[in-house]
Amino acid sequence: MAGTALRGRLTWQLAELVRAVAETPRVKTIVFDVPGWPGHRAGQHVDVRLTAEDGYQAERSYSIASAPDGTRVALTVQRLEDGEVSPYLTGELRPGDKIELRGPIGGYFVWEPSEGGPLMLVAGGSGIVPLMAMIRTRAAAGDDTETRLLYSSRSQHDVIYRDELERLSGNGLTVVHALTDSQPPGWTGYARRVDAEMLAEVSPSPAERPRSYACGPTPFVEAVAESLVRLGHDTRAIKTERFGPTGG
Amino acid sequence: MGELMLDGNAIAGLLQEVFAVEMTTAIGTCGRCGAAGPVGAAHVYRGAGIVLRCPHCNNLLAKIVKNDSRAWIDFQGIRTLQVAV
Repeated sequence: MAGTALRGRLTWQLAELVRAVAETPRVKTIVFDVPGWPGHRAGQHVDVRLTAEDGYQAERSYSIASAPDGTRVALTVQRLEDGEVSPYLTGELRPGDKIELRGPIGGYFVWEPSEGGPLMLVAGGSGIVPLMAMIRTRAAAGDDTETRLLYSSRSQHDVIYRDELERLSGNGLTVVHALTDSQPPGWTGYARRVDAEMLAEVSPSPAERPRSYACGPTPFVEAVAESLVRLGHDTRAIKTERFGPTGG
Repeated sequence: MGELMLDGNAIAGLLQEVFAVEMTTAIGTCGRCGAAGPVGAAHVYRGAGIVLRCPHCNNLLAKIVKNDSRAWIDFQGIRTLQVAV
Protein backbone atom coordinates (compact mmCIF):
# COMPACT_ATOMS: atom_id res chain seq x y z
CA MET A 1 0.00 0.00 0.00
CA ALA A 2 1.09 3.54 -0.67
CA GLY A 3 1.66 4.35 2.98
CA THR A 4 4.32 1.75 3.51
CA ALA A 5 5.96 2.11 0.13
CA LEU A 6 6.20 5.88 0.05
CA ARG A 7 7.18 7.04 3.49
CA GLY A 8 10.49 6.94 5.20
CA ARG A 9 14.07 7.63 4.33
CA LEU A 10 15.47 5.72 1.40
CA THR A 11 18.19 3.23 2.15
CA TRP A 12 20.55 1.43 -0.18
CA GLN A 13 20.24 -2.31 -0.04
CA LEU A 14 21.79 -5.29 -1.73
CA ALA A 15 19.85 -6.97 -4.51
CA GLU A 16 20.86 -10.31 -5.98
CA LEU A 17 20.46 -11.05 -9.66
CA VAL A 18 18.19 -14.05 -10.14
CA ARG A 19 18.13 -14.18 -13.92
CA ALA A 20 18.66 -12.11 -17.04
CA VAL A 21 16.56 -12.33 -20.19
CA ALA A 22 17.47 -10.78 -23.55
CA GLU A 23 14.53 -8.78 -24.87
CA THR A 24 16.15 -7.32 -28.00
CA PRO A 25 19.81 -7.15 -29.12
CA ARG A 26 20.28 -4.00 -27.00
CA VAL A 27 17.83 -4.56 -24.19
CA LYS A 28 17.84 -6.98 -21.27
CA THR A 29 15.47 -7.69 -18.42
CA ILE A 30 17.30 -8.33 -15.17
CA VAL A 31 15.34 -9.85 -12.29
CA PHE A 32 16.53 -9.24 -8.73
CA ASP A 33 15.64 -10.67 -5.37
CA VAL A 34 15.49 -7.80 -2.89
CA PRO A 35 15.14 -8.99 0.72
CA GLY A 36 12.55 -6.96 2.58
CA TRP A 37 11.17 -5.34 -0.57
CA PRO A 38 8.04 -3.45 0.61
CA GLY A 39 6.20 -3.85 -2.69
CA HIS A 40 5.73 -1.20 -5.36
CA ARG A 41 3.19 0.49 -7.59
CA ALA A 42 3.30 0.35 -11.37
CA GLY A 43 5.33 3.25 -12.75
CA GLN A 44 7.73 3.55 -9.82
CA HIS A 45 11.48 3.27 -10.29
CA VAL A 46 14.61 2.31 -8.39
CA ASP A 47 17.99 3.96 -8.16
CA VAL A 48 20.93 1.65 -8.88
CA ARG A 49 24.41 2.44 -7.57
CA LEU A 50 27.66 0.89 -8.73
CA THR A 51 30.92 1.42 -6.88
CA ALA A 52 34.29 0.97 -8.55
CA GLU A 53 37.34 -0.37 -6.73
CA ASP A 54 38.72 3.14 -6.36
CA GLY A 55 35.48 4.27 -4.68
CA TYR A 56 34.04 6.06 -7.71
CA GLN A 57 30.26 5.72 -7.70
CA ALA A 58 27.77 5.94 -10.54
CA GLU A 59 24.04 6.14 -9.94
CA ARG A 60 21.15 5.70 -12.39
CA SER A 61 17.38 5.41 -12.20
CA TYR A 62 15.55 2.50 -13.83
CA SER A 63 11.83 1.94 -14.10
CA ILE A 64 10.44 -1.21 -12.55
CA ALA A 65 9.09 -3.48 -15.28
CA SER A 66 7.30 -6.07 -13.18
CA ALA A 67 3.99 -6.12 -11.37
CA PRO A 68 4.36 -6.48 -7.60
CA ASP A 69 5.63 -10.01 -6.90
CA GLY A 70 6.96 -10.52 -3.40
CA THR A 71 10.66 -9.72 -3.19
CA ARG A 72 11.23 -10.02 -6.96
CA VAL A 73 11.89 -6.82 -8.89
CA ALA A 74 12.47 -6.81 -12.65
CA LEU A 75 14.22 -3.95 -14.45
CA THR A 76 14.51 -3.70 -18.21
CA VAL A 77 17.69 -1.93 -19.24
CA GLN A 78 18.80 -0.63 -22.61
CA ARG A 79 22.52 -0.87 -23.23
CA LEU A 80 24.09 2.50 -24.01
CA GLU A 81 27.53 1.87 -25.48
CA ASP A 82 29.09 4.92 -23.85
CA GLY A 83 27.17 4.46 -20.61
CA GLU A 84 28.74 3.93 -17.20
CA VAL A 85 26.11 1.64 -15.74
CA SER A 86 24.01 -0.01 -18.44
CA PRO A 87 26.89 -1.95 -20.11
CA TYR A 88 27.66 -3.54 -16.74
CA LEU A 89 24.02 -4.35 -15.93
CA THR A 90 23.32 -5.83 -19.36
CA GLY A 91 26.69 -7.41 -20.10
CA GLU A 92 28.66 -8.39 -17.03
CA LEU A 93 26.23 -9.02 -14.21
CA ARG A 94 25.67 -12.76 -13.59
CA PRO A 95 23.07 -14.62 -11.52
CA GLY A 96 24.18 -14.53 -7.89
CA ASP A 97 25.95 -11.17 -8.32
CA LYS A 98 24.80 -8.34 -6.08
CA ILE A 99 24.29 -4.66 -6.75
CA GLU A 100 23.07 -1.80 -4.58
CA LEU A 101 19.63 -0.37 -5.18
CA ARG A 102 17.04 1.71 -3.35
CA GLY A 103 13.34 2.09 -3.83
CA PRO A 104 10.57 1.98 -4.72
CA ILE A 105 10.75 5.65 -5.70
CA GLY A 106 8.19 8.10 -7.04
CA GLY A 107 4.47 8.54 -6.62
CA TYR A 108 3.56 10.79 -9.53
CA PHE A 109 4.00 8.65 -12.65
CA VAL A 110 2.11 5.67 -11.23
CA TRP A 111 -1.12 3.89 -11.92
CA GLU A 112 -3.11 1.35 -9.96
CA PRO A 113 -6.26 -0.48 -11.07
CA SER A 114 -8.25 1.35 -8.37
CA GLU A 115 -7.57 4.65 -10.19
CA GLY A 116 -9.55 3.46 -13.20
CA GLY A 117 -9.34 4.71 -16.76
CA PRO A 118 -9.65 4.70 -19.62
CA LEU A 119 -5.89 4.62 -20.01
CA MET A 120 -3.86 6.00 -22.89
CA LEU A 121 -0.26 4.78 -22.74
CA VAL A 122 2.29 6.15 -25.19
CA ALA A 123 5.78 4.64 -25.29
CA GLY A 124 8.88 5.55 -27.26
CA GLY A 125 11.50 2.77 -27.29
CA SER A 126 12.46 1.67 -23.79
CA GLY A 127 9.84 4.12 -22.49
CA ILE A 128 7.62 1.07 -22.60
CA VAL A 129 9.09 -0.21 -19.31
CA PRO A 130 7.00 1.63 -16.67
CA LEU A 131 3.94 1.34 -18.91
CA MET A 132 4.50 -2.42 -19.11
CA ALA A 133 4.44 -2.52 -15.31
CA MET A 134 0.99 -0.91 -15.52
CA ILE A 135 -0.17 -3.42 -18.15
CA ARG A 136 1.19 -6.34 -16.12
CA THR A 137 -0.33 -5.03 -12.89
CA ARG A 138 -3.67 -4.64 -14.65
CA ALA A 139 -3.45 -8.21 -15.99
CA ALA A 140 -2.34 -9.68 -12.65
CA ALA A 141 -5.29 -8.03 -10.93
CA GLY A 142 -7.72 -9.36 -13.53
CA ASP A 143 -8.61 -5.73 -14.19
CA ASP A 144 -10.35 -4.84 -17.46
CA THR A 145 -9.83 -1.06 -17.48
CA GLU A 146 -9.97 0.07 -21.10
CA THR A 147 -6.33 0.57 -22.04
CA ARG A 148 -4.76 1.68 -25.32
CA LEU A 149 -1.03 1.36 -25.82
CA LEU A 150 0.61 3.24 -28.67
CA TYR A 151 4.18 1.98 -28.85
CA SER A 152 6.80 3.49 -31.15
CA SER A 153 9.89 1.46 -32.05
CA ARG A 154 12.50 1.75 -34.79
CA SER A 155 11.87 -1.71 -36.20
CA GLN A 156 10.11 -4.92 -35.28
CA HIS A 157 13.38 -6.25 -33.81
CA ASP A 158 13.46 -3.34 -31.38
CA VAL A 159 10.01 -4.04 -29.94
CA ILE A 160 10.44 -4.98 -26.28
CA TYR A 161 7.94 -7.47 -24.78
CA ARG A 162 6.48 -8.15 -28.24
CA ASP A 163 5.12 -11.64 -27.55
CA GLU A 164 3.80 -10.81 -24.11
CA LEU A 165 1.99 -7.73 -25.40
CA GLU A 166 0.34 -9.85 -28.05
CA ARG A 167 -0.67 -12.40 -25.45
CA LEU A 168 -2.11 -9.78 -23.09
CA SER A 169 -4.09 -8.02 -25.83
CA GLY A 170 -7.86 -8.25 -25.56
CA ASN A 171 -9.90 -7.98 -22.39
CA GLY A 172 -9.89 -4.20 -22.81
CA LEU A 173 -6.24 -3.85 -23.86
CA THR A 174 -5.48 -2.64 -27.39
CA VAL A 175 -1.85 -2.55 -28.52
CA VAL A 176 -0.91 -0.43 -31.54
CA HIS A 177 2.64 -0.39 -32.85
CA ALA A 178 4.35 2.31 -34.89
CA LEU A 179 7.58 1.24 -36.61
CA THR A 180 9.47 4.36 -37.60
CA ASP A 181 12.58 3.20 -39.47
CA SER A 182 11.85 -0.17 -41.06
CA GLN A 183 8.86 -2.42 -41.33
CA PRO A 184 8.59 -6.16 -42.01
CA PRO A 185 7.08 -7.30 -45.33
CA GLY A 186 3.31 -6.96 -45.35
CA TRP A 187 3.28 -4.48 -42.41
CA THR A 188 -0.08 -2.74 -42.30
CA GLY A 189 0.44 -0.77 -39.08
CA TYR A 190 1.81 2.74 -38.66
CA ALA A 191 5.14 3.36 -40.37
CA ARG A 192 5.97 6.83 -39.10
CA ARG A 193 6.69 8.73 -35.91
CA VAL A 194 3.86 9.31 -33.47
CA ASP A 195 1.96 12.45 -34.43
CA ALA A 196 -1.29 14.19 -33.51
CA GLU A 197 -3.28 12.39 -36.18
CA MET A 198 -2.10 9.00 -34.90
CA LEU A 199 -2.87 9.94 -31.29
CA ALA A 200 -6.36 11.07 -32.31
CA GLU A 201 -6.95 7.72 -34.00
CA VAL A 202 -5.66 5.57 -31.15
CA SER A 203 -6.59 7.50 -28.00
CA PRO A 204 -9.95 7.57 -26.29
CA SER A 205 -11.54 10.95 -27.08
CA PRO A 206 -11.03 13.90 -24.71
CA ALA A 207 -14.72 13.54 -23.75
CA GLU A 208 -13.92 10.11 -22.28
CA ARG A 209 -11.36 11.82 -20.03
CA PRO A 210 -8.55 9.29 -20.42
CA ARG A 211 -5.56 9.25 -18.09
CA SER A 212 -2.55 9.55 -20.36
CA TYR A 213 0.99 8.41 -19.58
CA ALA A 214 3.82 9.15 -21.99
CA CYS A 215 7.34 7.82 -21.51
CA GLY A 216 10.41 7.91 -23.72
CA PRO A 217 13.21 10.20 -24.88
CA THR A 218 12.55 13.87 -24.08
CA PRO A 219 11.78 15.04 -27.67
CA PHE A 220 9.34 12.13 -28.11
CA VAL A 221 7.49 12.88 -24.87
CA GLU A 222 7.41 16.61 -25.71
CA ALA A 223 5.78 15.90 -29.06
CA VAL A 224 3.24 13.51 -27.57
CA ALA A 225 2.26 15.80 -24.69
CA GLU A 226 1.90 18.84 -26.97
CA SER A 227 -0.21 16.87 -29.44
CA LEU A 228 -2.51 15.53 -26.71
CA VAL A 229 -3.08 19.04 -25.38
CA ARG A 230 -3.75 20.32 -28.91
CA LEU A 231 -6.31 17.54 -29.37
CA GLY A 232 -8.18 18.85 -26.36
CA HIS A 233 -6.99 16.55 -23.58
CA ASP A 234 -6.74 17.98 -20.07
CA THR A 235 -3.12 18.88 -19.26
CA ARG A 236 -3.56 17.65 -15.69
CA ALA A 237 -4.50 14.17 -16.93
CA ILE A 238 -1.30 13.82 -18.97
CA LYS A 239 1.66 12.46 -17.03
CA THR A 240 5.10 12.36 -18.54
CA GLU A 241 8.40 10.67 -17.86
CA ARG A 242 11.25 11.95 -19.96
CA PHE A 243 14.47 9.99 -20.32
CA GLY A 244 16.68 12.80 -21.57
CA PRO A 245 18.30 13.00 -24.99
CA THR A 246 19.34 9.40 -25.48
CA GLY A 247 16.94 7.36 -23.43
CA GLY A 248 17.46 4.68 -20.80
CA MET B 1 12.88 23.42 -23.52
CA GLY B 2 15.97 21.55 -24.51
CA GLU B 3 16.61 17.88 -24.99
CA LEU B 4 18.08 17.71 -21.51
CA MET B 5 14.82 18.53 -19.81
CA LEU B 6 13.46 15.88 -17.46
CA ASP B 7 10.48 15.68 -15.12
CA GLY B 8 10.27 16.10 -11.37
CA ASN B 9 9.88 12.36 -11.03
CA ALA B 10 13.46 12.00 -12.28
CA ILE B 11 14.70 13.44 -8.99
CA ALA B 12 12.21 11.59 -6.77
CA GLY B 13 15.00 9.59 -5.15
CA LEU B 14 17.06 12.65 -4.30
CA LEU B 15 14.03 14.47 -2.87
CA GLN B 16 13.02 11.49 -0.77
CA GLU B 17 16.60 11.17 0.43
CA VAL B 18 16.47 14.75 1.69
CA PHE B 19 12.88 15.01 2.94
CA ALA B 20 12.24 11.37 3.95
CA VAL B 21 8.84 11.52 2.28
CA GLU B 22 7.64 10.99 -1.28
CA MET B 23 7.80 14.49 -2.77
CA THR B 24 6.74 14.14 -6.41
CA THR B 25 3.06 14.09 -5.39
CA ALA B 26 3.52 17.20 -3.21
CA ILE B 27 1.71 20.19 -4.73
CA GLY B 28 3.84 23.26 -5.29
CA THR B 29 2.57 26.73 -6.15
CA CYS B 30 4.69 28.85 -8.45
CA GLY B 31 5.71 32.13 -6.88
CA ARG B 32 5.39 33.96 -10.19
CA CYS B 33 2.33 32.67 -12.10
CA GLY B 34 0.51 31.07 -9.18
CA ALA B 35 -0.04 27.76 -10.97
CA ALA B 36 -0.25 24.81 -8.59
CA GLY B 37 0.85 21.34 -9.60
CA PRO B 38 2.67 18.21 -8.48
CA VAL B 39 6.44 18.43 -8.10
CA GLY B 40 6.62 15.40 -10.41
CA ALA B 41 5.35 17.55 -13.27
CA ALA B 42 7.96 20.32 -12.80
CA HIS B 43 10.60 20.64 -15.49
CA VAL B 44 14.00 19.47 -14.30
CA TYR B 45 17.42 20.30 -15.71
CA ARG B 46 20.52 18.51 -14.49
CA GLY B 47 23.93 20.05 -14.60
CA ALA B 48 26.42 20.77 -11.84
CA GLY B 49 23.25 21.04 -9.76
CA ILE B 50 19.56 20.49 -10.36
CA VAL B 51 17.17 23.22 -11.48
CA LEU B 52 13.38 22.95 -11.24
CA ARG B 53 11.24 25.20 -13.41
CA CYS B 54 7.51 25.87 -13.55
CA PRO B 55 5.95 23.90 -16.45
CA HIS B 56 3.53 26.80 -17.06
CA CYS B 57 5.67 29.95 -16.97
CA ASN B 58 9.23 28.56 -16.84
CA ASN B 59 9.89 30.45 -13.59
CA LEU B 60 12.87 29.17 -11.59
CA LEU B 61 11.25 27.21 -8.75
CA ALA B 62 14.20 25.68 -6.96
CA LYS B 63 17.87 24.78 -7.17
CA ILE B 64 19.44 21.79 -5.49
CA VAL B 65 23.13 21.02 -5.11
CA LYS B 66 24.30 17.92 -3.32
CA ASN B 67 27.56 16.31 -2.38
CA ASP B 68 28.19 13.13 -0.41
CA SER B 69 27.15 14.52 2.94
CA ARG B 70 25.05 17.66 2.44
CA ALA B 71 22.39 19.13 0.19
CA TRP B 72 21.80 22.84 -0.47
CA ILE B 73 18.26 23.68 -1.50
CA ASP B 74 17.14 27.08 -2.75
CA PHE B 75 13.34 27.31 -2.93
CA GLN B 76 13.25 30.85 -4.24
CA GLY B 77 10.36 30.38 -6.68
CA ILE B 78 7.95 28.19 -4.75
CA ARG B 79 5.28 30.08 -2.81
CA THR B 80 3.75 27.07 -1.02
CA LEU B 81 4.37 23.37 -0.85
CA GLN B 82 1.55 21.05 0.16
CA VAL B 83 2.85 17.71 1.44
CA ALA B 84 0.93 14.60 2.50
CA VAL B 85 1.47 13.91 6.21
